[in-house]
Amino acid sequence: MAEQYIQNYTLNFGPQHPAAHGVLRMVMELDGEIVERIDSHIGLLHRGTEKLIEYKTYTQAIPYFDRLDYVSPMNQEHAYALAVERLMGIEVPERGQYIRVLFSEISRILNHLLNLTAFALDVGAMTPLLWGFEEREKLMEFYEGASGARLHAAYFRPGGVHQDIPAGMAEEIRDWATNFPNFIRDMEALLNENRIFKQRTVDIGTASREEAMDWGFSGPMLRASGVAWDLRKSQPYDVYDRMDFDIPIGKNGDCYDRYLVRVEEMRQSLRIIHQCLDQMKPGPVMTTDGKIAPPKRGEMKKSMEALIHHFKLYTEGYHVPAGEIYAAVEAPKGEFGVYLVSDGTNKPYRCKIRAPGFPHLQAMDYLCKGHMLADSVCVLGAMDIVFGEIDR
Amino acid sequence: MQDLADHIEAGLPDAVIRTEIVRGELTVWVKRDSVVEAATYLRDDPGCDFKMLIDLCGVDYPEREERFEVVYHFLSHRQNQRVRMKLVTDEDMPVASVAGVFSAAGWFEREAYDLYGVLFSDHSDLRRILTDYGFEGHPLRKDFPLTGHVEVRYDDEEKRVVYEPVKLTQDFRSFDFESPWEGPERMLPGDEKAEAQAEEAKG
Repeated sequence: MAEQYIQNYTLNFGPQHPAAHGVLRMVMELDGEIVERIDSHIGLLHRGTEKLIEYKTYTQAIPYFDRLDYVSPMNQEHAYALAVERLMGIEVPERGQYIRVLFSEISRILNHLLNLTAFALDVGAMTPLLWGFEEREKLMEFYEGASGARLHAAYFRPGGVHQDIPAGMAEEIRDWATNFPNFIRDMEALLNENRIFKQRTVDIGTASREEAMDWGFSGPMLRASGVAWDLRKSQPYDVYDRMDFDIPIGKNGDCYDRYLVRVEEMRQSLRIIHQCLDQMKPGPVMTTDGKIAPPKRGEMKKSMEALIHHFKLYTEGYHVPAGEIYAAVEAPKGEFGVYLVSDGTNKPYRCKIRAPGFPHLQAMDYLCKGHMLADSVCVLGAMDIVFGEIDR
Repeated sequence: MQDLADHIEAGLPDAVIRTEIVRGELTVWVKRDSVVEAATYLRDDPGCDFKMLIDLCGVDYPEREERFEVVYHFLSHRQNQRVRMKLVTDEDMPVASVAGVFSAAGWFEREAYDLYGVLFSDHSDLRRILTDYGFEGHPLRKDFPLTGHVEVRYDDEEKRVVYEPVKLTQDFRSFDFESPWEGPERMLPGDEKAEAQAEEAKG
């Protein structure tokens, strides 16, 4: 019989697919059920955030950062606020720094709750997602109490946070943080030694230390490959240098390790939350410089100067000295950076957003090569992909 | 950090134009032709050890002769140090791709090409990445309008999405925020005489 040439099967995955965590289109070349090549088509959620920011004042740019990675909005505002503060040389009051760290960690748990449980759903476990959403709802109540919005907070501003947390909230957060380990224990009981879960995740999508660095991984993706690197420890910002916490690292760099690293990170975040609540003292939460921080509503009723400041800040905004800065934070998904170029006016000249998911998704082709079709969903789930930040 | 700047300058005498440290951040300006050499040196030299490419992006300065800056950010985990590498180019001159040195550069270069039109030579797959299929123009250039050129809608008669030129119900407005006290010199109507009189009094 003559030899026959069999053409590989090309499969279109997405753009609307529940396991794609958003709008991702992948063109997969399959040999039977083995993935030979993946061509990811991104940009279906591209909104031109960077261009829009160039046409807005520095204050008006903040809400765009909520809408990048909409699962951990405050961490991204944090990076932007740090960039502007470093350019202008603003000092943030201590309480403001503690509140920022506190809410950064709440955001981290919020993010990991969604990712871990949705990842479990991707590989077939439904219960964790249902349980996780109940906890997420509690956390979003804290968001709402502090900022007035459940998701798009616009709470971290250059100079501090917009307003102090309401009275009694610290105790509520402490109560929640005391009980939350029970949820982690329950979730781990469902997944850690679960035979199906381990079969689907162990040794899937492995990346060695060198590969992880070469592909620009950061956050849990890098730590799962055994690199003890965390910007909160190595390049601390705000009051992270006063916090005592550990960096969990993985050994094999597979999807299971990524899961375990994130679970342990939630526990470490709880430690930071407790420390913040213990160390926080009353005081101002926003810089007192009237040229940057808007005045209180009560002051505006009495003081002409406050009224003028309010008018100027919400029309013209403040001018940022010319220069450039790169500020990065350890967002739940990895290193989230803002490269800000200022030309001395009230609008950024260029604001490049470095999203951690972008290089992660780029490595999709590399990580999935030789795996089964069903594993690609697992690799994608363990990457913690959110398209708001990748497509920008 | 100054030591690191001196070390890079000594290691790459032909490639580096100058180094500067502003706000605690090191910037290395390199020649366009030697970008691959510089990136390889930053990665492999034991005194640098920048194993990770964090970011790569373009910046547009239309008034300059070579309008684009390409900005690379590197991170060294071992040294806990960052470095920024910059070079200039224009619409036609290609920059050599560093995707062979850092795998992460592939998509970042595609993005810079898509948004600014910076060309990268020896790139295996220089397609658009963020914009729509069949998009025309490079949206982050300063001369590209914020509103874009086309808008889309679903046409019920043709049963498909159609592209049309942008129609604005209200003109795009750009506000002048310059305060009259600090902004550019401005002449109030009628003030010309006062100026002239002052001149005369002097002369």
